Order: sequence, then structure tokens, then C-alpha cells
Amino acid sequence: MRLTRLQKILWAAAGVAALAYGALMVFSDRAPVSVAEAAFRPTFSLPDAEGRLRTPADFAGKHLLVFFGFTNCPDVCPTTLAEVAQVMDDLGEEAENVQPLFISVDPERDRRLGLAAFTAAFHPTILALAGDTEQTRAAAESFKIFFERQDDAAAPDGYMMSHSPALYLIGPDGDWLRQFTYGTPAADILADLQPRL
Amino acid sequence: MKRVILATLVVFAAMPALACETVRVGDIEVEHAWSRATIGADRPGVVYLSIRNTGSTDDALIGVATPIAGMPMLHETVVSDGIASMPHTMSMPVPAGQTAALAPGGFHGMLMGLTQALKKGDSFPLTLTFETAGDVTVTVEVLGMGAKEAECPNAQP
Ligand SMILES: [Cu+2]
Repeated sequence: MRLTRLQKILWAAAGVAALAYGALMVFSDRAPVSVAEAAFRPTFSLPDAEGRLRTPADFAGKHLLVFFGFTNCPDVCPTTLAEVAQVMDDLGEEAENVQPLFISVDPERDRRLGLAAFTAAFHPTILALAGDTEQTRAAAESFKIFFERQDDAAAPDGYMMSHSPALYLIGPDGDWLRQFTYGTPAADILADLQPRL
Repeated sequence: MKRVILATLVVFAAMPALACETVRVGDIEVEHAWSRATIGADRPGVVYLSIRNTGSTDDALIGVATPIAGMPMLHETVVSDGIASMPHTMSMPVPAGQTAALAPGGFHGMLMGLTQALKKGDSFPLTLTFETAGDVTVTVEVLGMGAKEAECPNAQP
């Protein structure tokens, strides 16, 4: 008899714990994205390789895939740009509704080394933007991303860049939709993107 | 004419095999060494490969050298708190009985001071120095800029 009551109490406790856990999962899953990012419209004003100033208004009606990187980056940046290239190929005709942007966080050196040739080597649709220090800082702050120049005597030109390696998806009206963490395969990006187009 | 075609076929068939072959030194086996093409020689190149330690003693990769780069180094891409950086690293552990890899987004050979642009289809020698097993030279195959993994049968990234 006492054992049975103990069992009931234990079962009840387990039930409460399960419900609490479930609620926790639901709320922790939802809260940060839908509430915090609802009306977040990151912006930028940066020159392309021809020196034309580009802003989100130029791409109104298109989805943007935005990556902050630098061309002197042989490991992380090519990996992400290769995924973006794959996405653009796999989109077929729908690719015209998507504009990939590569925003340089190392603009002075990237312009010297040649920015457009670098992005074109991955996919002709990727548009490279490189501003001055202030324009770059402003774009990064608007996207809430981090980049930093770190002095390193052993690195080419004596410095390295650290940066946020995620890929950002911006909607046709300029709303921040989501980010794809570094290493997200092209197939996963495509699966998320296609129903939106 | 027929002989020329045949010879061409042999050369093309042999090239990927060089980079895909397994090279051994002591208990260490190295395979699938590949790199990405570069535009010009002003940006650093990269090297990826797979290392298996078949022995019962831990080893470590402590250096890389190649005639095509003035300053080759081991780097490790670290993504922490959403920030990627790639510090120079002194060694990559290759524990006994395990496989370790230079792979995109992790440890990689960083080839600074390239003496020439790396073109798709080229290959170059790379000498790896292991703490215990010593030196071994592998052939690195240069793939396209957007390559994600070695182009070998059963390749691992
Ligand atoms: Cu590196």
C-alpha cells in the first residue's frame, strides 16, 4: 500500500518534470528568433568593384544571402562561398530571385588583391562589396556581426582577420530572416530557401 | 595516333592516383592530400589531408614544408562564440589507433608566400614532419577553388 502511494507520487513527479521540460523546450526554441528579430532590418552602403555604392534598396524584391569575409582566407571563406555557389546552381531559374553578397571585412587589401575575380571564381552571381573602414564598420554593426584585425607577425602583411563566419538570409523587404551557421551544407540552405521564393 | 591517345589516358589516370595513394612512414598512413586553386600567388594556399595512426603510441604532426611556399604552417580554424579565427598551431595530435585530418573548418596546412599560383590539376610535394614517425612526403592535388573534399574513391573530407 505504502509502496503504491510512493509509486503514484513518483509518477506524478515524473509527469510534472516532463511537462516542465516540454514547456522549456518550446519556449526556448521560439523566444529568441521570432520575438527578438521580428523587425530587424540590417543595412549597408558599400561600393562594389566598379565603385558604385550599393544599398539594400538596390536588391528590393530579392532574397539576399550575405557573407562577411575576406579573400586572404583560404579555409573558412572558400568553404562557405562554395556552398553558396552550389545553392545558386541548384536553384535553377529561381536563382534570379536571390542575390548573394560578399562583404569584405578587410576591404583595403581585398581591393588591392582583386575582389570581383575572387568571388567570380566561385559563382558569377556573387557580388563583392568593399567599403572604407567606416562603411565596413557600419555594415557590420547593422548586421550585429563581429570582425577584428589581429596583429600576427607570422601572417601575410603582418595581420589576420577574425570574423563571424555565418551566412545571413535577408528577405525581399529587407527583413533579417535567419542565419545559417558556418558549415551548413548547400542542401540544407536550399531546402530552407526554396519554399520562400 | 593511337599510341598518343593511350599515353594521354595513362597520364590522366595516374595523376589523381598520386594524391589519392596512401603514403606510409612508421605507424603513420597519409592519404587524400588536396589543395584549392588560387588566383595569383599573393593569397595563401591551403592543404588538407587525412592521417591514420595504426600504431599503439600517440604521435603528432608538428610541421609542414613544401618548395612552393616560403612560409608553410599549421593552422587551426577555431569557431568560438560565433567568431572564426585561425591561429598558428604548433602541432596536431594523431592519437594511437585513430584518424586525424587537416580538413575544412579545422586544422589545415596554410601555405603563405606561394612561389606560384596554384592551378586546378597541378600537384606539388608536401613534406610532413611527425614527432615520432619522422618525415614523409606526399603529393598534393590542386582542385578547384570551390572544392569541398578530396576527389578520390571513398574520400573523406
Ligand atoms: Cu589558416
